Amino acid sequence: MAIVLNQDHRFEEVVPPFEPSEAMDEALRCYYCYDAPCIKACPTGINIPVFIRQIANHDVKAAARTIMDANILGATCARICPTEALCEGGCVRKEDSRPVSIGRLQRVAMDHAMTSDYLPLPDIGVHGQGRVAVVGAGPAGLGAATALTRMGYVVEVFEEKPEGGGLDTYGIVSYREPLSVSLWEVDLVHKLGTTFHFGTRIGRDIEWEGLRAQFDAVIIAVGLGRVPKMGILGEDLAGVWDALDLVEATKTMALDDIDIGRQVAVIGAGNTAVDAATCAKRLGAEEVTIVYRRDQTAMSAYQYEYEFAKQDGVSYKWWTVPVQVLGNHRVQGLRCARTQVVAGADKNSREADLQLLPGSEFVLPVDTVIRAIGQTKPSALWDEIGAETRNHRVVVDDETFSTSLSGVYAIGDCLGRGGEATVVAAVADGKKVAWAVHQQLTRTNERSV
Amino acid sequence: MADLSIDFAGIKSPNPFWLASGPLTNTGYQVSKAFDEGWGGAVWKTIGDPVINVSARLASIDYGGRRMMGLNNIELISDRPLDDNLREIAEVKRRFPHHAVIVSMMFESNPQIWAEMVKRVQDTGADGIELNFGCPHGMSERGMGSIIGQVPEYAQTITRYAADGSSLPVIVKLTPNVTDVRPPGKAAIQGGADALSLINTINSVMGVDIDSWMPIPQIDGRGSHGGYCGPAVKPIALHMLSSLYNDRAVRVPLCGIGGIETWRDAVEFLLLGAGAVQVCTAAMHYGFRIINDLTQGLNDYLDQRGIAQVNQIVGKAAMRVGDWNDLRLSYSYQLVANIHADQCIGCNLCYVACEDGAHQCIDRIPGQKAPVVREADCVGCNLCSLVCPVPDCIEMVPVEHAVSETWRQRQERLTSFS
Repeated sequence: MAIVLNQDHRFEEVVPPFEPSEAMDEALRCYYCYDAPCIKACPTGINIPVFIRQIANHDVKAAARTIMDANILGATCARICPTEALCEGGCVRKEDSRPVSIGRLQRVAMDHAMTSDYLPLPDIGVHGQGRVAVVGAGPAGLGAATALTRMGYVVEVFEEKPEGGGLDTYGIVSYREPLSVSLWEVDLVHKLGTTFHFGTRIGRDIEWEGLRAQFDAVIIAVGLGRVPKMGILGEDLAGVWDALDLVEATKTMALDDIDIGRQVAVIGAGNTAVDAATCAKRLGAEEVTIVYRRDQTAMSAYQYEYEFAKQDGVSYKWWTVPVQVLGNHRVQGLRCARTQVVAGADKNSREADLQLLPGSEFVLPVDTVIRAIGQTKPSALWDEIGAETRNHRVVVDDETFSTSLSGVYAIGDCLGRGGEATVVAAVADGKKVAWAVHQQLTRTNERSV
Repeated sequence: MADLSIDFAGIKSPNPFWLASGPLTNTGYQVSKAFDEGWGGAVWKTIGDPVINVSARLASIDYGGRRMMGLNNIELISDRPLDDNLREIAEVKRRFPHHAVIVSMMFESNPQIWAEMVKRVQDTGADGIELNFGCPHGMSERGMGSIIGQVPEYAQTITRYAADGSSLPVIVKLTPNVTDVRPPGKAAIQGGADALSLINTINSVMGVDIDSWMPIPQIDGRGSHGGYCGPAVKPIALHMLSSLYNDRAVRVPLCGIGGIETWRDAVEFLLLGAGAVQVCTAAMHYGFRIINDLTQGLNDYLDQRGIAQVNQIVGKAAMRVGDWNDLRLSYSYQLVANIHADQCIGCNLCYVACEDGAHQCIDRIPGQKAPVVREADCVGCNLCSLVCPVPDCIEMVPVEHAVSETWRQRQERLTSFS
């Protein structure tokens, strides 16, 4: 089942592409540093000064090749990487001017690649033989599949959803990254020679042990699950959304078929919460309020996401926690309480203990509640396959990502490492595990000769 | 306010900025407009037997996003009737009696023609004539232009043809397409030149279109060599200017030409011996209006230094440019690079430049942003300070050694011992 692309103007990409002359001006600002800090700041190690120089030399296609050689999801990362914390944060020009707009230049190259003929990638210089299964076609799985396919392995990817791309396809709002970008990247990996099995869930459509037996290595890259329940009364009422379901709906349904209501509360203050809030605004909600139990200093959304939501007219209610969703058949209000940190705790810390202010309860008059309080870890999966866990997290080797099961690896968000979960870090995981798998299989092959 | 006016070989001008002979000075309309906007003088586009031109006529090279770092032309001298040019020259001179109008001339090597033409130019009321011995394309292939400037005997002879019949100052414009500009310059003086101007354009092929394999510019599939000018040629002009200024046999005023775009460029020419300067490419690029920056900038520069008259700076740096053999050798005087770590932005360009293109004397220190110069191995070549994008981050620090010795002194010392 293919996704119907949403081309609704309400969800058009907000960041415009550089005009050719803007791109040239910006490319010429790059100093072409030696052993450049931007490269070190990129988890996938894209050779940024080289691709920018290629743009400046009018070799835009070569620039795209430079990017894709290091990061097959260069088109996604050009749009959604937190560049100020990564490459642009490392740019030396922040010292004498402002950083080079690396992300937008990367988009120039990748936009060009997307409208050009398929571009062969350079020989990776490493060659192996064997069969590798990748479970999950999200960023980590695509990163691993790409690297192993380029090394010569037979790689098959098993994906539960009808399309690949994982969160890039289903979880990123279209006005940050159009759906076509993510699907183009999946197609690219397919063109490299990776086989995809969509709509295929391990344990349902294919036996886990059978998979292990058929492949020399299995890489698990299933990501995280849905948004967990809040554990309050009334949260099963119609009108309560999982934020990820909402974003997915905006990409797979006609926007007019989504009933977002008029007054919306979003619970949580991460990037997904901001996405859900801005989605709700664009879908026509009149009032959208982000409800967070701490305040702005503790919120985990990037600063630019916070500003973006404010510009969209989203309001924030700090030091507030939902205690009950009100309504008979569907949401009619959200009972909230005010919070404060316990005496002596640091009110700017995300770790500080909170307490409810007695008698502070009030009702937010809303008809939609969206919960965006993180994602569940796939702990059931680890139990199912018998991989060792610690605190519900699968145990993997820091260097090789190998689990306690021989020949089974786990990468990406499903590790539940906490902290920043970015696409670029997932792709980097994929490249690292590919190398580890290659080394392991090379040793095995040598022994069996 | 400093006094910017000059008297250049008897030609008076309210400031030292003249438009060079070329497309800017093709008509009375243009020269009048330029004077209205503040130019001190103009050298009229070379008059001669009217020519027929080709199209296209210009090409440029761009660098780092800036257009026209270098400009090349294959346009010839004036294609307008002689009578029209002479009439407009007279009209402009009547309207602007205090501005300098110099008429560039190029005719075949015939003394009668020169005598007659010089007479007609004098009758316009023009302030001087400039002999175009420099044009490297087209006219040179017809026995005029740079073919004259490249052969000292020809330069002397033709200058004599013009000077003998002229009551006006005669400026000879020299071609840089020679190994040494001094012999043709001195020959022109012997032929009666009252002043020299330099440089004319440099012979060049601008480029090739790598898709079509056509030369740039191309005229229906063919190209030719043309004259190169613009900011890129300034160092060549400065060298030739200083070599003439420092030659004891050259006693006439020099007019500097070549890549002047800002008042700073002009000051450099003045300091190396130019009594006036001519501007072409920059005004073709941005229009006559740049004259305001030129005059204001020069005035401010002189005022800041308490210099009352612009001619007081002419040649003040020239004596410092000379023979390599008179430079102190590195065991006598040496520079050592010093990277100011507090200003370093960590681009490592100095490191890779020194490592690959110089003397491998810059080290990177793990965990530290700024590289460090290994002073004992630094030869003081300047490369690191040139590639560093941060002004003054890399300082070249002079180190005095006990002896003071140049190559010439060293040779003398060694000879005296033997």
